[in-house]
Amino acid sequence: MTAPAIAVSAVAKRYGAVQALGGVDLAVQRGEFFGLLGPNGAGKTTLISILAGLTRADAGTVAVMGHDVVSDYRAARLSLGVVPQELVFDPFFTVREALRMQSGYFGLARNDDWIDEILANLDLLHKADTNMRSLSGGMKRRVLVAQALVHRPPVIVLDEPTAGVDVELRQGLWTFVRKLNERGHTIVLTTHYLEEAETLCHRIAMLKAGRVVALDTTANLLQRFNTHALRVRLATPIGLDFLPGARDDGHGWVEIPFESYGEVEDILSRIRLTGGQVEEMVLGAPDLEKAFVGVMHGA
Amino acid sequence: MAPETHPLTGFKTLLYKELLRFWKVSFQTVAAPVLTAVLYLLIFSHVLDRHVTVYGNVPYTAFLVPGLVMMSVLQNAFANTSSSLIQSKITGSIVFVLLPPISYRAFYAAYVLAAIGRGLLVGVGVIVAALPFVDLPLAAPLWIAVFALAGGAILASFGIIAGIWADKFDQLAAFQNFLIMPLTMLSGVFYSIHSLPAVWQQVSHLNPFFYMIDGFRYGFFGQSDVSPWISLSVVSACFALLAGLTLNMLARGYKLRA
Repeated sequence: MTAPAIAVSAVAKRYGAVQALGGVDLAVQRGEFFGLLGPNGAGKTTLISILAGLTRADAGTVAVMGHDVVSDYRAARLSLGVVPQELVFDPFFTVREALRMQSGYFGLARNDDWIDEILANLDLLHKADTNMRSLSGGMKRRVLVAQALVHRPPVIVLDEPTAGVDVELRQGLWTFVRKLNERGHTIVLTTHYLEEAETLCHRIAMLKAGRVVALDTTANLLQRFNTHALRVRLATPIGLDFLPGARDDGHGWVEIPFESYGEVEDILSRIRLTGGQVEEMVLGAPDLEKAFVGVMHGA
Repeated sequence: MAPETHPLTGFKTLLYKELLRFWKVSFQTVAAPVLTAVLYLLIFSHVLDRHVTVYGNVPYTAFLVPGLVMMSVLQNAFANTSSSLIQSKITGSIVFVLLPPISYRAFYAAYVLAAIGRGLLVGVGVIVAALPFVDLPLAAPLWIAVFALAGGAILASFGIIAGIWADKFDQLAAFQNFLIMPLTMLSGVFYSIHSLPAVWQQVSHLNPFFYMIDGFRYGFFGQSDVSPWISLSVVSACFALLAGLTLNMLARGYKLRA
C-alpha cells in the first residue's frame, strides 16, 4: 500500500506549561489539497515545524511520503517544501543567488532551468538579480514560495502564505499552487482567510488547543454546519418567536436560519402575515467561517 | 520525476554561502580588521621598537607582527561564525539551512572552514601590510600553517557555540568582550611572557590562546616561550574539546531545533 503524503500519529509537544499539541493523528493523502485551520495558538505552526524537522516532538511519529522525519530525515526533507509564516530573507543575496543556494542545500548543483520556470510562474523573472532587501513584502513572500519549490518536493506546506499579500498577487499565487496540485503535488495550507480554504481545499482539519477537533471533506463540513441564512431588515420590529432560530443582531437586522431555498418564500410570507415589512434582504449560503465558528464553539 | 541530488552539494553550497556572505561586506569583514592590526603595529612599534628586543635578538616590531596576525585570525574566525549564526537566528533566515537535509557534521564543517577562510584572509592582509615595515623570517612554515588552521578552527567552533547560545546581540558582545578579547590580549600578542613576573607567567600558561600565538610565532623565528610540541598538544586538546561540544550541540539541535 502506498504511504500517505503525510502521516501524523499521536504527536505531542509541550513548551513548559503549554501543551502545544496533545496527541494529534492525521493523514494527508497524496495529491490532496488539504487545509489545516485553527485559531492562533491552536498548534498549526508547531505541527508544521515538527513535520519540517524544525521542532522535535515529545511523543509520536511523523512521516512524509513514508519517510520518518527523524530516523529518515534526509528523504523526508527532500520530499517536503515549506513556505514559512514569517517573512524571512537573507539580506546578503539576490533573488537568483538565494534560489541557487536553496537548491544547493538540497543537493542540486545545476537547477537554473527549474529556477527560471518558478521565477516566471511567480512573476519574479524581472527581479531575479535584485537584492532581497529591495523587494516589497509581497515579492519577498513569492520568493519564499519559490525557495520552497526549488527541489521539486512532492509535498508542499504553505503556512499562511497570503498574509499581507495584495489581492492580485494572491490570485496569481493560488493559480500557480493549483497548477502544482493538478500536476500531482500534495498541498497543505494553513490560512486565516477561510474563504481561501473553502475554495481550494478538498479536506480540512481543524485544530483547537493542540487537538484535532474536526477532520472531514470541505463539503461535509459545510453540510454539517448547514447554515443557510436569510437576513432581513424590517421597517418596524415585530416579535419573531414564530420563526425558529431567528436572531436579532441588535442593529435592525434579523437572521433566520433555513435548510433549503424552498423555505424562503414561506418565511417571508409569515413575516408579512404578522405585519412585518421587509426593507432589505440578503441570502447567505453556508460558508466555512460558520462551520469554523461552529466547530470551535462546539468542541 | 524527483531530481538527482548529491549530499556533498549541500555542504559545498553552505560553505560557498558563508564565504560569499563575508566577501560581500569585505570592507567591514576584511579591510577593517587589517587596518586595526596595522594601527596596533604602527603605534606599538613606534613606541617600543628601539627599547625592546625579544628572544635575545628579535626586534620588537618583528616579534609583534606574528602575534597581531594570529590575533586577527582568531578574532575574525570567531566573528564570522558567531555573527552569521546570530544574524540568521534573529532575522529568521536560519530556517533556510535548517529545512534542507544538511547533516550536522556538514553544517559544522562548512561554518568552520568559511571562518578559517576569513581569518586567513585577514591574517595574510596583515602580513602584506606589515612587510614594508619589518623583515620577517620564516623559520618553520609548516608550524605557521598548523597553528593558523588549528587556532582558526578553535575560534570558529567557539563562535558557533556563542552564536547558537546567544539570543541577542548584546549577549554575543559580552562573550566577545569579556572572554575572547581578554584571553587574546593576555596571550602574549604584545609581549613575551618571560618578561612577566613568575606568577603571571604561570597564569599565562592556563590561557589556551597563549599556546596558539606562541606556536604560531615559533614558525617565524624558530624560537618561542614553550616548545611548539607542547603548544600543539594544548591546541589539539582544545580543538577536540570544542569540536566535540559544538558537534554535540548541533546533533541535539540545541536552540536551533526546539
